[in-house]
Amino acid sequence: MALLEVKDLSMHYWTRKGEVKAVDEVGFSLEKGESLGLVGESGCGKTSMALTLLKLLPENAKILKGHIFFYKEFQPQTANALLGEMVNLVPQKANGRASTLGRLTRIEGEKLLVQPARNGATKAPSPVSFSFSEIAQVGLDLVPLREERMQRVRWKGISMIFQAAMNSWNPVYRVGDQILEAMQTHLPKTSVQQSKKRIAELFQMVGLDPRMMERYPHEYSGGMKQRAVIAMALSCDPELIIADEPTTALDVIVQDKILREMRQIQKQLHMSMIYISHDIAVIAEVSEKIGVMYGGKLVELADTQTIFERPAHPYTKALMSSFPNLKGEKKKLEALPGEPPDLISPPTGCRFHPRCPYATEVCKEKDPVLEVRQPGQVAACWNPLH
Amino acid sequence: MSNPEQTNPVIIETDRSTSLVRIQNLSKTFPVASGFFRKGNSFIHAVDDISFEVGEGEILGLIGESGCGKTTTGKLLVKLETPTSGQVFLKNTHVEVKLPKQKAGVAKATSAKTKAISLVTSDGFADIAHLRGRSLKLFRRNVQMIFQDPYESLNPRMTIYDICAEPLSVQSIGSLMEREARVAELMDLVGLTPPETFLFRYPHELSGGQRQRVAIARAMILNPSFIVADEPTSMLDVSIRTGVMNLMLELREKFKISYLYITHDLAVARYMCDRIAVMYLGKIVEMGQTEDIIQNPQHPYTRALISAVPIPDPSVRRQPMELKGGVTKPINPKPRCRFYERCPMATQRCATSDHPPLEDKGSGHSVACYEV
Amino acid sequence: MQVTTKTLPPSLWRVRMHLWLKGMGQSWSTFRESPIGVTGLVIIVFFGLLGAFYPIYPWFMGKIAWDQETIQKEGIDLNIVYNPIFGVGNDPLLIKGFPQPPSLRHPLGTNADGPDVLAQIMYSASREFLLGMMAALITVIIGTFIGAVAAYYGGWIDTLFMRLADVFVLFPPIAFLVVVSALVQRAGIEMTHMLLALILGLLFGFGSITIVLKSQALTIKVKPYIEAARVAGGSSFHIIFAHIIPNILPLSFLYMMFNVTTAIFSEAALSFFGLLPSINMSWGLMLFRAHTQGWILGHQGAFYWWVWMPPGLAVTLLCSAFYLVGRGLDEIVNPRLRKR
Ligand SMILES: Nc1ncnc2c1ncn2[C@@H]1O[C@H](COP(=O)(O)OP(=O)(O)OP(=O)(O)O)[C@@H](O)[C@H]1O
Ligand SMILES: Nc1ncnc2c1ncn2[C@@H]1O[C@H](COP(=O)(O)OP(=O)(O)OP(=O)(O)O)[C@@H](O)[C@H]1O
Ligand code: SF4
Ligand code: SF4
Ligand SMILES: [Mg+2]
Ligand SMILES: [Mg+2]
Repeated sequence: MALLEVKDLSMHYWTRKGEVKAVDEVGFSLEKGESLGLVGESGCGKTSMALTLLKLLPENAKILKGHIFFYKEFQPQTANALLGEMVNLVPQKANGRASTLGRLTRIEGEKLLVQPARNGATKAPSPVSFSFSEIAQVGLDLVPLREERMQRVRWKGISMIFQAAMNSWNPVYRVGDQILEAMQTHLPKTSVQQSKKRIAELFQMVGLDPRMMERYPHEYSGGMKQRAVIAMALSCDPELIIADEPTTALDVIVQDKILREMRQIQKQLHMSMIYISHDIAVIAEVSEKIGVMYGGKLVELADTQTIFERPAHPYTKALMSSFPNLKGEKKKLEALPGEPPDLISPPTGCRFHPRCPYATEVCKEKDPVLEVRQPGQVAACWNPLH
Repeated sequence: MSNPEQTNPVIIETDRSTSLVRIQNLSKTFPVASGFFRKGNSFIHAVDDISFEVGEGEILGLIGESGCGKTTTGKLLVKLETPTSGQVFLKNTHVEVKLPKQKAGVAKATSAKTKAISLVTSDGFADIAHLRGRSLKLFRRNVQMIFQDPYESLNPRMTIYDICAEPLSVQSIGSLMEREARVAELMDLVGLTPPETFLFRYPHELSGGQRQRVAIARAMILNPSFIVADEPTSMLDVSIRTGVMNLMLELREKFKISYLYITHDLAVARYMCDRIAVMYLGKIVEMGQTEDIIQNPQHPYTRALISAVPIPDPSVRRQPMELKGGVTKPINPKPRCRFYERCPMATQRCATSDHPPLEDKGSGHSVACYEV
Repeated sequence: MQVTTKTLPPSLWRVRMHLWLKGMGQSWSTFRESPIGVTGLVIIVFFGLLGAFYPIYPWFMGKIAWDQETIQKEGIDLNIVYNPIFGVGNDPLLIKGFPQPPSLRHPLGTNADGPDVLAQIMYSASREFLLGMMAALITVIIGTFIGAVAAYYGGWIDTLFMRLADVFVLFPPIAFLVVVSALVQRAGIEMTHMLLALILGLLFGFGSITIVLKSQALTIKVKPYIEAARVAGGSSFHIIFAHIIPNILPLSFLYMMFNVTTAIFSEAALSFFGLLPSINMSWGLMLFRAHTQGWILGHQGAFYWWVWMPPGLAVTLLCSAFYLVGRGLDEIVNPRLRKR
């Protein structure tokens, strides 16, 4: 069952030098309980992607198009809350009807009325009606969602471990109090006592002594700070956690421990995860699916095994063969020529073409789209490796 | 250092004639800034009585976690820091060591003689601690350093040409035209081609990988025989990193340069180095041929370290080894094994004895542990 | 050394010149986007032109308004020559012991003893500039050098200069200047603009600017490129002059702007207190005279506005103009403030 579906999402930054095409027509979906790894070089738009999903963007950023559907099982009693929002209704499997995207305009007894999007047609399409029993899932589109509604999705629905978050603890407050404050703002109904108990549980879960709650950030080591950040991300029981470079600044032994703990917590709570890292080895350890980003685009998405055994995109292959390995035979690494693209004026056609050994004429002119290469593997390339 | 066994360095290299750098019982302590809690008398033992050799044309990897003293070791070797005790010997014919003038008086003459012996060993090594003036300048030509952060190691107000030519100009080598030619040659060598397009740009106009190539060109321009490379690729992107690593390997082949290659990434160390020394809290705990260390680690710390490295291959399952606690700072360490608090194999002996000496366990693989 | 035959652009300095101009161009385009900086610059240019055109104004006015014929026509002694600055041989028409209001002959009116206010303002402008710039330049050269040296060597050198700076910072500058100018006067030395610039430059050069520039230099000192220079064999001299100073220079330049303000203001204040007898004309002196002759007091101030308002405004405007330019430059110099 899908939890998150991203379709055709583009987000650009406006700067003095021009428009930074940081996220460009990205699409993927994530099942409940699944972990997805996003891998790519510095500046390819991984963090931007994550911030877009949470709509935590700076002022100079704008989502140009696309949808982010955050799915929930349909429950008639919560239908009222969705009134007026853009939703994607997914009918029961057996039903045979197609899923419908549109604005939820009315609830009539046991029926939902959806006004489908215009999609370029001159005449507005007529509303579609679904009976409650027909609907399996409702996907709330986060892109047009108002900020007040979005705040209810953040932390409780999707939470995030920010890049270098472990360095952003406020040095003058106790770590426990900082988490408490965040919880109080997002879950105002829980009492302080309850929240504190919860934080103590979370500390235990991430391998910290609950007594550390009373300590200040400078009394924490790097690994402990990062553990506290994870506890904070878990504090509102999210269904999805986006972890942006959760272990990059840590030493290998600590990194390994934290990654294992995160994986365990994820299994235990049946959470979905999106791991973001530039290190494909880290991603491979924790993710079931891997998405490879290059120059603001998702160029390949497949399950981990497939990515390693049969990469379809030349960049994926290059990325993999440029990583030194600790196990197996020692072989000469192939360096990729050139530099990562400038996202203000990226190369025409396929953004990888200036560096691609397989590039042909068509690559310079036309932008490849994600195509299915084999079940569970999509890649955007005119001359895929298989 | 109270251990009498360690006053003589452990001899690792069998063929001593090929070694270029030899360090003996090198230590460096920093006083801990006296804050509210600690007053005076506290020292960080950043580098604690280490000895090793680097052969000619050899790449010795120095690996370890953050704060274990890798950078400090590197800086001691290039004389950016002065050792608290111990010596760094460099084999080099260019080094001229000024001997104290032998004036009248027998007593003085003998003291001068002993001094001379400690300066230059019989097999042509000189202790770099005593270099001054001109001989120090000549030493600088021979030993260079590449820094970790390519964004901070190039002066933002200087052009690439000025940066690369700086060693030539401070050493007063060559005319202006010759310097230009030499810089262009180096740019070619490090793959910044054509040189004309790079020479008059500023560092901020270059990417990270290009900057690190500039830093390599600057280090290479004086034709050094030994380079300390302090995590030269850790800040670079994956696709760029390989190019820089390959370049450094090529330069070694071409010019027979020796490197001390500092890194925290074991996979990188495996790719780059002939031998590896593993550091833990200022001590070298294991040293040997790269493949030996990777395939057959002996010291419990090395084993934990290797077992923790993620493998970019989902079909390989690792057996991680659990360690207690985290890395601490080596402030006034107790006289016992530095790894004792975290060691899963520790015994009574480890608790009561001094830090174990680094002992050769055969075929140049040495380990500092009582239980191996 | 092996010399290859590869040819490079032969004249390095031309490339450098080009780069420098390009850098200046970029800085200028950043500066242009800061409204306060541009406002400041416009004011500075305005006063610059005022100063530059000074010789033309009395010549022109002499031709059309103050010429002998006009005076003669009104039946006045030909031998008395009008000096618009000092009123020496005052324009006889005007000697009434009262300032004359603005008229066609005197666009900003006159002072009580006759000189033309606009002419005085214009005449002083170039001197104010010179004084401000000289003093600021001296300040900044001293500050930059001491800041760099103190940061680089640390130890007792650092302590010495920092204690000295503390002393200079602790003294209220005006009070200190009062004492110094009194001493200079006692010694019988003529206090010229140049000497004043030197005193101001020294006073501020050893003061707060060294502390600011030193802390900047300290951040430069720990950069790896300094270590790289040492590893290459660079001497302390080389490191200070090739690395540390060039990197704190933008900040020095910024402080120079603020110091021009301080210098001009100090001169005005000293003149206003009548402490610079050998400086015979300046905006501050104009204010001093207006004050001592009583044209500022009470309701007189509102009536005789042209006596005190032009010099007062000139001091305020020019001082704030340099300050504004400094603020504008701040955006170029301070990467923190730089927009993406
Ligand atoms: N606030 C912003 N304004 C303008 N451009 C931005 C902003 N944030 C990021 N960018 C640009 O967008 C691009 C993508 O940045 P992003 O931070 O998403 O990369 P990333 O993949 O997370 O890289 P890293 O691995 O370095 O964290 C980069 O070119 C970056 O310069
Ligand atoms: N100048 C200094 N003054 C005081 N302490 C220092 C100084 N330089 C290093 N240290 C301390 O010495 C220890 C070793 O530092 P060093 O920089 O050599 O570690 P490292 O192995 O290079 O670590 P990293 O991987 O983080 O670069 C650290 O605990 C550090 O805090
Ligand atoms: S589309 Fe062309 S240039 Fe792009 S990755 Fe595929 S082969 Fe290479
Ligand atoms: S000497 Fe003892 S404590 Fe130290 S590493 Fe060996 S077994 Fe562990
Ligand atoms: Mg990022
Ligand atoms: Mg280091």
